[in-house]
Amino acid sequence: MELDRPLPQPITPEARPYWEGLRERKLMLPRCRQCRRAFFYPRVLCPFCHAGDIEWFQASGRGRLYSFEIAYQTFNKAFKVKPPYVLAMVELEEGPRLMSNLVGIEPDPRRIHCDMPVRVVFHTLTDQVTLPLFEPAGSAS
Amino acid sequence: MKALRNSVCIVGVDESDELGTLPHKSQLTLHLEAVRNAVRDAGLTVGDVDGIFTAGQHSPATIGEALGITPRYVDGTTVGGCSFIIMVGHAVAALHHGLCDVAVVCHGESGRSGVGVSPRRDTALPGQYEAPFGFGGAPTYFGMITTRHMHEYGTTLEQWAQVAVSTREWARLNPKAKSREPLTIAEVLNSRPVVYPFNILNICLVTDAGGAVVLTRADRARDCRKKPVYVRGAGEATEHVMLTQMRTLTFSEATRLSGAKAFAMAGVTHTDFNHIMLYDAFTSGPPIMLESLGFCKPGEGVHYFEPGRSTPGGSLPINTNGGGLSYTHSGMYGIFPIIEAARQLRGECGARQVPGCRLSLVNGMGGMLSAAGTLVLSNER
Repeated sequence: MELDRPLPQPITPEARPYWEGLRERKLMLPRCRQCRRAFFYPRVLCPFCHAGDIEWFQASGRGRLYSFEIAYQTFNKAFKVKPPYVLAMVELEEGPRLMSNLVGIEPDPRRIHCDMPVRVVFHTLTDQVTLPLFEPAGSAS
Repeated sequence: MKALRNSVCIVGVDESDELGTLPHKSQLTLHLEAVRNAVRDAGLTVGDVDGIFTAGQHSPATIGEALGITPRYVDGTTVGGCSFIIMVGHAVAALHHGLCDVAVVCHGESGRSGVGVSPRRDTALPGQYEAPFGFGGAPTYFGMITTRHMHEYGTTLEQWAQVAVSTREWARLNPKAKSREPLTIAEVLNSRPVVYPFNILNICLVTDAGGAVVLTRADRARDCRKKPVYVRGAGEATEHVMLTQMRTLTFSEATRLSGAKAFAMAGVTHTDFNHIMLYDAFTSGPPIMLESLGFCKPGEGVHYFEPGRSTPGGSLPINTNGGGLSYTHSGMYGIFPIIEAARQLRGECGARQVPGCRLSLVNGMGGMLSAAGTLVLSNER
């Protein structure tokens, strides 16, 4: 079956716990054991204190929509989701930001606003790859 | 650092023979034309060049070989479109210390026609973390900065559109500019939506173009053809590449650091400038740069583009070549604001000449305000 999205590539060794977590429908994040701050994207050194002592934990999946755009055309030939679609920068409640899509809402700038609460939904692409997408969370956590 | 002030001059500037849609010219040709033209503008020869500074797909060694010279100083700093602005600062340091005698900062890009090009970007991190979500190209990123700015400061789509309208007034006075018809805010807002908050007229042109700048130490500048343009100050900094790593989307730390360094080297403050060039890949870029450079509080940058301020005859002209928005934009635009600033300081700009232009600021970004390069240029010591 043809995919409607490009697969994440190259998946790098230090990011494997993230992608394996998503396969199990868990949002796993790296955290520095020294300064206790979570960060994203995964790397071998903490970008805050530069220690090389990383652990992984399961995030709540909740965050806010830090910013967004609404695409009216396609920007990547391998991405076949029909426009309009929402490009999202989500700030997770644990601190790190990541890029995703906002789904489950009309792609209308009058209905979407920065800082609206969101929560993760897991989107299976293949048996190896699941992506984190986000939907509006309303006021309940 | 202050020893570098006014040590070096820009002595030659020019673009490639043509700018625009050039399917009959390879990217390398655009590069070579620009170097030949800028060297001629300086009253020098290609054989005089012993330092090559270039960014993008071609290494300085490739440009050297294509020109048939063997540079003894090379620099290929590639951190986005401002790389050329940054490399003027590098050329200043190299010339100051006698590591080379005639430096050329050069650019050529077949951004529209794609003739003789190869993929240039490092796509490993976006390929893993961003491509699966439909991201691709600068408009899908810079809009995030813009949307957040509107949320935090209440900037409006009309205010961003005004940046395009004010810049177009300068393009109308530049015979080399691509878009020269009058423009209104309504036309910007009604132009084709690309990716909210951007309509097509909020986004720069895509053209084929080359440009180059020649520099020598100040004592040699006297022997060149044109009035020397002194590099009083130069700065650079980088903050991120992936937009999720930017500390706050609405303020460019790289720009703040780059500007502070250039101003300190130059010994100037914000109110000293007659003329400003700001890299405009998007209408929201220049206002945020002014804020990050410390000209005004965050949220207030758009006011600089109101009629009578940045426009022809206005109190502080900005982007007098018509910018990436209306003059030309090959992809990595940074050489072009340097060329315009030098021409303004020499008094060569004809209908678009800023009267009494003495001190010019050139500020560019690389990526999504990810990197910054800043120059303070003057026509007197």
